Amino acid sequence: MSKIFRNQIFIPIAALLLLAVFNLIMDPSFFKITLGYNSAGDPVLSGYLMTILDYGSELAILAIGMTLVTAASGGQDISVGAAIAISGSVVLRVLCGRDHHAETMQAPIIVAFLISCVVAMIFGAFNGTLVAFFKIQPMVATLILFTAGRSIAAWINNNELPIVNEVSFSYFGGFIPGIPIPTPFFIAAACVVVIFLVLKFTNLGLYTQTVGINESSSRLNGLNPEFIKFLSFVILGLCVAVAALIKVSRLSTINYSVIAKDIEMDAILAVALGGNALSGGKFNMTASILGAYVIQFLTTTLYKFNVSADALPAYKAVVVILLVVFSAPVVREFLSTQWKKITKKGVAKNA
Amino acid sequence: MLKEKFRNMSDTNLLLFITIVVFFLMYIGAVIFQGKGFLKPQTFFNILNANAALILLACGLSLVMITGSIDISVGGVTALVCMCCAVYLDYKGGNVFISLLIAIGIGLAFGLVQGFLVAYLDIQPFIVTLAGMFFARGMTTIVHTNPFNVENPNFVALKDTRVPVPGMGSVNKLGVYVDAYVEIGVLVAVALVLVLFFVLRYTKLGRNFYAVGGNKQSVLMLGINVKRTKFLAHLLCGILAGIGGYLYFLHVGSGAPSHAQGAEMNAIASSIIGGTMLTGGVGNIIGTFFGVLSLSTIQNIVSSAGLDQAWWTGITIAAMLCLFLVIQSVVMARKKKQVKK
Repeated sequence: MSKIFRNQIFIPIAALLLLAVFNLIMDPSFFKITLGYNSAGDPVLSGYLMTILDYGSELAILAIGMTLVTAASGGQDISVGAAIAISGSVVLRVLCGRDHHAETMQAPIIVAFLISCVVAMIFGAFNGTLVAFFKIQPMVATLILFTAGRSIAAWINNNELPIVNEVSFSYFGGFIPGIPIPTPFFIAAACVVVIFLVLKFTNLGLYTQTVGINESSSRLNGLNPEFIKFLSFVILGLCVAVAALIKVSRLSTINYSVIAKDIEMDAILAVALGGNALSGGKFNMTASILGAYVIQFLTTTLYKFNVSADALPAYKAVVVILLVVFSAPVVREFLSTQWKKITKKGVAKNA
Repeated sequence: MLKEKFRNMSDTNLLLFITIVVFFLMYIGAVIFQGKGFLKPQTFFNILNANAALILLACGLSLVMITGSIDISVGGVTALVCMCCAVYLDYKGGNVFISLLIAIGIGLAFGLVQGFLVAYLDIQPFIVTLAGMFFARGMTTIVHTNPFNVENPNFVALKDTRVPVPGMGSVNKLGVYVDAYVEIGVLVAVALVLVLFFVLRYTKLGRNFYAVGGNKQSVLMLGINVKRTKFLAHLLCGILAGIGGYLYFLHVGSGAPSHAQGAEMNAIASSIIGGTMLTGGVGNIIGTFFGVLSLSTIQNIVSSAGLDQAWWTGITIAAMLCLFLVIQSVVMARKKKQVKK
């Protein structure tokens, strides 16, 4: 029994069950999934659970990168929202060229995506350089991009709002004709498979954890901790580019100040909910990804109860605080000693 | 000779020196390139008027940063203070003094909770205050959704009070001599800056702040209560954010969820530009004051140069922040070399 409790993946699953039971009691229709047809006449599954799978995907993709960054550097990247704005802006810029309402795309989607990947990785490398080589705390280093990011995104497109009219572009954030499950879920699944293969067949996971646990001893063991940290930020950049493609594809356009707003908070929350130490070191990728979907579950539940989008952060902040308080070593120690006392008393009474 | 002097300077003084030099260079640059507008004392006072709140927020951040911690909730607290005071003054018809107490109370509450979590439960300050920021922003919209102006007569009278500065006036276009003025907020801010400067430099508490940020281990051996010191730094930062929020409110005279957007960012940037080190143990309130002035001068230059598209401000501030962070990193490297010698 205690083995199950101690397993890291227990935390997100427990949270998920808690939310599911809560929804079941309040309104069982939360779990209803209906097969309908969208405006183009293609079969589409809809329902709250589908929404969670759909919108949780970007978060899951970001959680992959964020977990690595957290593990290696012991800090978090708070610029992911701004980086998504930049990367999405680049995609639209390449697709639309100079004409903001182009009827046809000026470049294939794959080219636009690859260019945005490169751009996002360059910004990731910028963060990584500041953190790894200049030894600036990750959150402060990424604060730079956090401030400037949305401005840069607006500047790339001259503050205009390009619109892509091509239908095939909307597949990435919507549905591929004939398949009733939202595409973002498949993209997220692909990313998850890739990262698990990478973790399985390379030493990335091991090295990242080593650097996070003890930087000096990892150096003595012949690793290059600066490079590992740098690499984790570049990988996060790649995740950002994928998430950005989904985000812009959903709308076929972009709103610089709103796109992926507050997503950094959700991504950090996903990592924390996965039971990973926010101060770096060991990590569990499965738990993080599951954590991302749990966060989306929470968001969707809150929306269902008519919590406005602006007020949402207040509720989430409370969840974060509760999470970090209960995972703080000081509190855990205190609780476990209290628990021992109680059980001892119980034993004494029985005797 | 000069080189010797530089080498022997303490980090605090070196960074303070860089800041003040940068500020004067920037201001002179502004006068040369942007014309005589910047020569008028009133331009300078306007920068102060607009940034009285930011000065206090940045001072609070300097305090926590000196102890090696950070607080990014100040912008959110400012917005929450504005909204709560505005709602209280307009809907409840309350008096101005109690609204000030509300402001300080909100700041105090945030400082207490965040300080407790950071100092006594040993949770990463960034996570705690990030949650604080989101909580404050969310609460602001829960208190009231739409922006509105406060019409309480007592408050408006206080808001419009202008304190003339003798001998600094200028002749306007009609040939009438106009006294230069500052708002009440500036006086409060400057007074608090001086108080904080003396606290940091001459009291035991102030020296403890530096000591805790400098080296936790040796401080523990000296018998200084690290946890309490950190807690007090966060508490003070919270109170300063409350008062700063009130000054912001006094300047704009309205409540809105979008108030003080990015203020935490500007405050951190000002502190860093002012020579406060993120790693703790180094910093100076006077430097922070000049940091705020540098930051807002740059903003003024950017907007008067006709680059008034909003994005330029963000990009220039980020660039400045980046530059100063790198300078700090270099200073740190220099320090390590010296230790090795």
